[in-house]
Amino acid sequence: MTKLTLSRALNEGMRRALEADPKVMIMGEDVGRLGGVFRVTDRLQKDFGEHRVVDTPLAESGIIGTAIGLALRGYRPVCEIQFDGFVYPATDQIVSQLAKMHYRSRGLVTLPVVIRIPFGGGIGAVEHHSESPEVIFAHTAGLRVVACADAADAFSMIQLAIACDDPVIFFEPKRRYWDKGEVDVSAPLDSALPLDKARIVVPGNDVTVLSYGPLVRTCAEAALAAAEEGRSIEVIDLRSLSPLDMETITASVSRTGRCVVAHEAPVFAGLGAEIAARVTEQCFYHLEAPVLRVGGFATPYPVARLEENYLPDLDRILDAVDRAFAF
Amino acid sequence: MTVETGGATMVAPNDCELIQLLTPEGERVDHPKYSLSDVDIKGLYRDMVLVRRVDTEAISLQRQGELGIWASLLGQEAAQIGSGRALSPKDMAFPSYREHGVAWCRGLDPVRLLELFRGVNNGGWSPEAYKFHLYTIVIGDQTLHATGYAMGIKQDGAEDEAVIVYFGDGATSQGDVSEAFSWASVFHAPVVFFCQNNQYAISAPQERQSPIPLYQRSRGFGFPGVRVDGNDVLACYEVTRQALRAAREGQGPTLIEAYTYRMGAHTTTDDPTRYRLASELETWRLRDPIERVRAYLARTGQANSAFFDEVEAEATELAAHVREACRALPDPPPLTVFDHVYTGANAVLDAERAQYAAYLNSFEPAGLGQLEGEVAR
Repeated sequence: MTKLTLSRALNEGMRRALEADPKVMIMGEDVGRLGGVFRVTDRLQKDFGEHRVVDTPLAESGIIGTAIGLALRGYRPVCEIQFDGFVYPATDQIVSQLAKMHYRSRGLVTLPVVIRIPFGGGIGAVEHHSESPEVIFAHTAGLRVVACADAADAFSMIQLAIACDDPVIFFEPKRRYWDKGEVDVSAPLDSALPLDKARIVVPGNDVTVLSYGPLVRTCAEAALAAAEEGRSIEVIDLRSLSPLDMETITASVSRTGRCVVAHEAPVFAGLGAEIAARVTEQCFYHLEAPVLRVGGFATPYPVARLEENYLPDLDRILDAVDRAFAF
Repeated sequence: MTVETGGATMVAPNDCELIQLLTPEGERVDHPKYSLSDVDIKGLYRDMVLVRRVDTEAISLQRQGELGIWASLLGQEAAQIGSGRALSPKDMAFPSYREHGVAWCRGLDPVRLLELFRGVNNGGWSPEAYKFHLYTIVIGDQTLHATGYAMGIKQDGAEDEAVIVYFGDGATSQGDVSEAFSWASVFHAPVVFFCQNNQYAISAPQERQSPIPLYQRSRGFGFPGVRVDGNDVLACYEVTRQALRAAREGQGPTLIEAYTYRMGAHTTTDDPTRYRLASELETWRLRDPIERVRAYLARTGQANSAFFDEVEAEATELAAHVREACRALPDPPPLTVFDHVYTGANAVLDAERAQYAAYLNSFEPAGLGQLEGEVAR
């Protein structure tokens, strides 16, 4: 076991992938010489060369569009979109081309492209640097959408994403980049939890709290606080946002009878809505309360000095848990 | 000569060098840089006649309800056959959605194209097997795919391969095309940008896309651009051949603007009489890409009426094949709607498939319910 930050764990994971497969490429803005604005690709260009770790021109659609071409040629590009709010210029290439090529070619073409996106707020940034656009991609058939939450998982998830033959949108919780965790860098990849499985982070009996990305840690802290008051929260890290691991979710909710979904993205038409609908349909007779959601407001992401109001924190998550018990 | 158009200064086409090796009257002319290499001109003629016939047949099939829509290539045969025949077998082509002539050059049965326009698939051929990518409908997207593919060729160190990408005058306004120009130039990618300027993006004339001739666009990106007579199959062939060779030799990208005319409608849903004059079409009819080759072949004695009759008969035969094969195309089975979204299992999708299959199976066998109803009455 080695203690690594989440960003370093991703870096180590990509290093493994670059070593294992000469077709793996890293591409994006500032990913080479600089090592990325968050240093997630630090030293990779130095060790693997300018042809495998490519500093691209500054155009997101160009990054994804050329990655598609490289994938058609047999490469496995791992693209970095510098910030969540900068992915939109690439949306056409992602939604209209990347997501659909396997389908429209009736399986003759595969596009193993990974798009890494640092997402979420909490770092006091200016506009367009704190967004959570995951549901746009979860709504798009043909993409796999995942989010990592801690260092150990980030290390294996990025490798699994690169090995996956489907396009994967890989969300990284930017405010957790510097969180440290124990990582078994010698663990073989096939022992890792598959990319499309959720995992129970904190076991519990009274209520299921579902989250992903940056809020997993917040939810775990909320569970700890609730335990002191004698309430047992089960925290599940969804990991995969598309597809959803409904098996793990319904097994938990069927036991606890209560369910809260927490994410930074706006509640309205967010992933929580999809989960609430499915849990209601599949666990109807086990539910003691409606599925409740806690998340961002139906506003644009606010200015830094207001973001604490917008972001669900421990108290707002516990407030939702309390409401679930009030029914 | 410059003309004022709404405040912008536009260079009139007359000022641009138009590379031409065969005049509209069928006269061979020489060009200092582009001397025609050995090419089977009769073969090019045959190709153009055949794809025009396929096009005519497809329009009829659309009118008869066999196709949902068709995008006609009428008038653009020379641009497509000339450039398509300039490709070497290993070169990769990225089409938009009108490149039926290029598809023909790549050995694709035209019926495969009709499948898309009939709606039985989205073009289910193997791009690698034919070295011809699937049609791309969103304007300009494929220029980036082509550029990325060309970057891959370079990375592979494959010196005998290049890429050609097809797009139209309208596409030059798309951001992706500018990004592709940047990328290709910066990475010195072996790609030829083949722009068929057919004068209209549906109804918008080329002046609405650019105040300068399109081929000059490449200059600002740092690579050469040329304008070729897009109705001259020989010039299109030779210019493309040389651009591809330059790409293979590591000289980077070239922009070719094939100056041509869409003689038909944008698609079978379009009505060009709403935005252009009949006299304009008549002017371009005099520059027909096929007629000038026929005149040249006949006058120089390279082909006689027997040859032309033979090609005609072949075209009739091909049209019959296309018509019959199109009508025989079955609708895909219902559950194939779920196929190939992902390469492997997907819990959400798999559940939907199972649910829909159960729903379909919940119906009584066809006709049975109706029969029982009759008896009960």
